[in-house]
Amino acid sequence: MANKKPGVAFQDTPEQAAKLKEIIASHKDQKGALMPVLQQAQDVYGYLPIEVQTTIAEGLDIPLEEVYGVVTFYAQFSLYPKGQYKISVCLGTACYVKGSGDLYDRLQQILGIHGGECTPDGKFSLEACRCVGACGLAPVMMINEDVYGKIVPDDIKDILAKYA
Amino acid sequence: MYRSHVLVCGGTGCTSSGSQQIIEALESELKQSGLENEVKVVKTGCFGLCALGPIMIVYPEGCFYSEVKTTDIPEIVNEHLLKGRIVKRLLYQETVAEDSADVKSLNETQFYAKQHRVALRNCGVINPENIDEYIGVDGYQALGKVLTEMTPQQVIDTVLASGLRGRGGAGFPTGRKWSFAAANEAPQKYVCCNADEGDPGAFMDRSVLEGDPHVVIEAMAIAGYAIGASQGYIYVRAEYPIAVHRLQVAINQAREYGLLGKNIFDSGFDFDLDIRLGAGAFVCGEETALMTSIEGHRGEPRPRPPFPAVKGLFESPTILNNVETYANVPQIILKGAEWFASMGTEKSKGTKVFALGGKIKNTGLVEVPMGTPLREIIEDIGGGIPNGKKFKAAQTGGPSGGCIPASLIDTPIDYDNLLEIGSMMGSGGLIVMDEDTCMVDIAKFFLEFTVDESCGKCTPCRVGTKRLYEMLDKITRGTATMEDLDKMEELCYYIKNNSLCGLGQTAPNPVLSTLRYFRDEYEAHIIEKRCPAGVCKHLMQITILEDKCKGCTLCARTCPVGAIEGSVKNPHKINQDKCIKCGACMEKCKFGAIIKK
Repeated sequence: MANKKPGVAFQDTPEQAAKLKEIIASHKDQKGALMPVLQQAQDVYGYLPIEVQTTIAEGLDIPLEEVYGVVTFYAQFSLYPKGQYKISVCLGTACYVKGSGDLYDRLQQILGIHGGECTPDGKFSLEACRCVGACGLAPVMMINEDVYGKIVPDDIKDILAKYA
Repeated sequence: MYRSHVLVCGGTGCTSSGSQQIIEALESELKQSGLENEVKVVKTGCFGLCALGPIMIVYPEGCFYSEVKTTDIPEIVNEHLLKGRIVKRLLYQETVAEDSADVKSLNETQFYAKQHRVALRNCGVINPENIDEYIGVDGYQALGKVLTEMTPQQVIDTVLASGLRGRGGAGFPTGRKWSFAAANEAPQKYVCCNADEGDPGAFMDRSVLEGDPHVVIEAMAIAGYAIGASQGYIYVRAEYPIAVHRLQVAINQAREYGLLGKNIFDSGFDFDLDIRLGAGAFVCGEETALMTSIEGHRGEPRPRPPFPAVKGLFESPTILNNVETYANVPQIILKGAEWFASMGTEKSKGTKVFALGGKIKNTGLVEVPMGTPLREIIEDIGGGIPNGKKFKAAQTGGPSGGCIPASLIDTPIDYDNLLEIGSMMGSGGLIVMDEDTCMVDIAKFFLEFTVDESCGKCTPCRVGTKRLYEMLDKITRGTATMEDLDKMEELCYYIKNNSLCGLGQTAPNPVLSTLRYFRDEYEAHIIEKRCPAGVCKHLMQITILEDKCKGCTLCARTCPVGAIEGSVKNPHKINQDKCIKCGACMEKCKFGAIIKK
């Protein structure tokens, strides 16, 4: 699940910068603070550009290479911005057996992007995700927080139209 | 006093099917009818029958409404809750008694009759966000008993005598784990809970956390008392937002009631809990990797020894148990070790929760005594295979497990039997496969998963799984030789014997087990260049039958890559060089003129 889309120039708002400062301050003396700080920082920015990582490294007094190492280890962290609508197709076993691989293929065709990429207009990004635990509804796909279960490839066009 | 209670499932499955909207519609409709003080709506955890969600049960009648839509709500409120007339057309069909006006109890239905709920006993029964409801079903009594009547050694002895084994995968005796950590003197010890349920197709831990979060908190406090720890961590997947939320609510309530914190039950025992979120790394389900991750590092496993019971989290003695394991503990304390040990088989005591998924009618969560034959789980509880297809195999243990073929369907399921037939219990995912599933493709699917999730620390796993995947890929493309098959088997054993942690040591299992039971399928791919199940795209062609094609052009318009040529009212043809074998044309053709072969 690599991030392949090159990043746009990083620019943060004063509110975001203040929020990040607050997050770092509230975890500073906690054992194992790096993961929670990165998770909350990603909630603020949507992704973790190198500028944000540098601020965190300095704030928590952890070498930047270690911060970068952690960010690139976990699938949840992204170095690049995601689309406005994040599409994830569950490729867990239960969904796979019920044909989620075909859903994923069809989405790539329709959107004209590969998994891990974002459409040029920044609207949709696509990724394969791990089991979301809704196996009773297999195959499952998510668009941001909305879950769509028991779908076939032909349903995709109508579902995407809701977000156009 | 309410005269009626409506329980609506708020688990992930039913929430995805829209149960939150159902609750909102119910509440507004009840208000309109002036029933808000007579009927109470309760959002509970998972009932288990996720395939039929959203699910709702009305008590005292015990009516089980399934696949409820918001548009059905006015009818349910007006007919059932106002006038007392059950809306039969919305009932779960199995609960409709044919010859009388009554509904059958849920426990008489095939899905529930053979289940025995211990770990899941409160799921779908109580409101998980209300500590009083948990206390109302004997919650926190076990903790009280332990702190006021038992010594730590007695707690460990009880858990040991119950025969409880870890429900997360390997099946290590829980009591033994606790006794090792208790024996090590240290100023600080930790109790951890593994809720990083990464095994695809397993979701029982999520259901327990969503449906009964207090049971985990209570059990961790009991474990803390047993080993002498004052701090615990629950490491839970970030992919489970509902579970994380309910857990946090539950921890806050327990603190408020003095059931977490300082001097619990006035016994001088201190214990507190924190949640740590995982960030999407399967390897963090391995105990040492999980601890490294809580410490804030890349979640790479550490060599053992030293074992976590000696040097675990932050270099201190630590125990780590899985959610389902903890969910059994309070009842073992309350009902006694003998009660627990009376269920199950000689070496596997108690019950096990399975997540039934794949090609089966009743997908969902089931809990059965250890030793229940696979046939009972699939045919009776699961309702069999849909669409009249034949059962081919069941996959247990996820990417670390293997397949149970149809010939072994009468195997009683417990830890040792599964190991013997080349699979493993794992966390309890049970994926059913029918004749349309290609076993080589499934093995490849799991290897793709482990290649992606291998942390890269040790070479046998990092490089070995990748090479193994490439060999499988070659087979599914029809370019492998029989020699490759032998090499592949050799590589499997090499990876198993030399990898650092459980991920690598078990990664070749899906390959070895499919080779053991479905070697003929591998050979068909290699020798005949044919995929018997018709799954492997490189080994099949999609063609149009000239005599059946009416030339309606629908397929040509559907094809995403423009591979279909032909004019109106004349038979069409597929350009095989362009075809990507997506099958879209087959779905669209009204004349059955397009076939796979």
